[in-house]
Amino acid sequence: MKQYLEIGGVFAYLSLLTVGGGMAAFPELKDLTVDVHHWLTFPELLGYYSIGQLAPGPNMMMVASVGAHVAGLTGAAVALVAFILPTGVLTFAIGRLWNRLADWPWRPAVQRGLGSVAVGLVLAGVIIMGRGALTKPLYVVLAAVVFGLLMLTKINPALPILASGAIGILMHLYA
Amino acid sequence: MTPTPSLWRLFWVFFVIGGTSIGGGVVGYLRSGLVVRQRWLDDKAFVELLAISQALPGLNATNMSILVGDRLRGTAGAALAALGMCLPGAALMTAAAYVYGFSGDHPASKAFLHAVAAGAVGLVLMVLVQLGAKALSGLADYVFVALTAALVAGFGVPVPYALIGVTALAIWWHRPRPGAGPGKDK
Repeated sequence: MKQYLEIGGVFAYLSLLTVGGGMAAFPELKDLTVDVHHWLTFPELLGYYSIGQLAPGPNMMMVASVGAHVAGLTGAAVALVAFILPTGVLTFAIGRLWNRLADWPWRPAVQRGLGSVAVGLVLAGVIIMGRGALTKPLYVVLAAVVFGLLMLTKINPALPILASGAIGILMHLYA
Repeated sequence: MTPTPSLWRLFWVFFVIGGTSIGGGVVGYLRSGLVVRQRWLDDKAFVELLAISQALPGLNATNMSILVGDRLRGTAGAALAALGMCLPGAALMTAAAYVYGFSGDHPASKAFLHAVAAGAVGLVLMVLVQLGAKALSGLADYVFVALTAALVAGFGVPVPYALIGVTALAIWWHRPRPGAGPGKDK
């Protein structure tokens, strides 16, 4: 029971940090699940995060993986509900208020201020991810090629990421 | 606009979007599902709801489901839309944890996961560039971005402090000024 409460607490807290998208919560996700609670290792977390990029639906459904990794099916359900519910209720309430806020003079300032910080949190997330993932020249090249392909073409991101994985296996087998 | 959908129909449409939107861009799938195919919303309403989704904490796709579900069928609609949106991906990722339990220590699966993680860094970089192009204008915004990232990734400042501190600074910087029009300072 205590463990479920911990999982619920961690993911409810993380959900409040997801301004501008799930990636903004990555720095604290790593800190809490890896360094504080020791639920999994950093490479395991990176693995789940990365498979999560291949899964359909909202990004960050990988919170269910972390929950399941720690405490099975119930853990997955607790992590998911804790991650969705607090911000879900907030969105629901603000969605109904929003029209009244349309002419609030501070609204553009709030939107712009939050926008910059959200981008900053994604940048922090990329830096922290990169420290864990880009440990060999091959990995740097893979990240750069995927980035280049996605910027220059309209390709579905799942394809180059899967191809990276295939290259990783080939290099493991034959290099 | 088509007539109001049943709750079951609402759940099903979001479940299908949640189960087929592979490779990130879930907002694109939402638009083609809700605006183009079902005609539950027009583009103007879609963009407006998307702006709210992005401004609030929470995953964009989940927030969109809640707002659209509420607009179409009230509280129950919001809950069912969000549930349908999340279920397929969450089920897959739960299964992934079990598969990982069996095979995670195998060197080949480690090699696979590590290379996938490297590829994912490329994807997140692209998301960063796209978000930045949309959200940032003017030198001050870039300073706020760099400050946030430096505090969190460089100095290990807990995210809530950085979030609240830098957001307060940025809001104050962009504060409404009399005579300049609402927020149009640049």
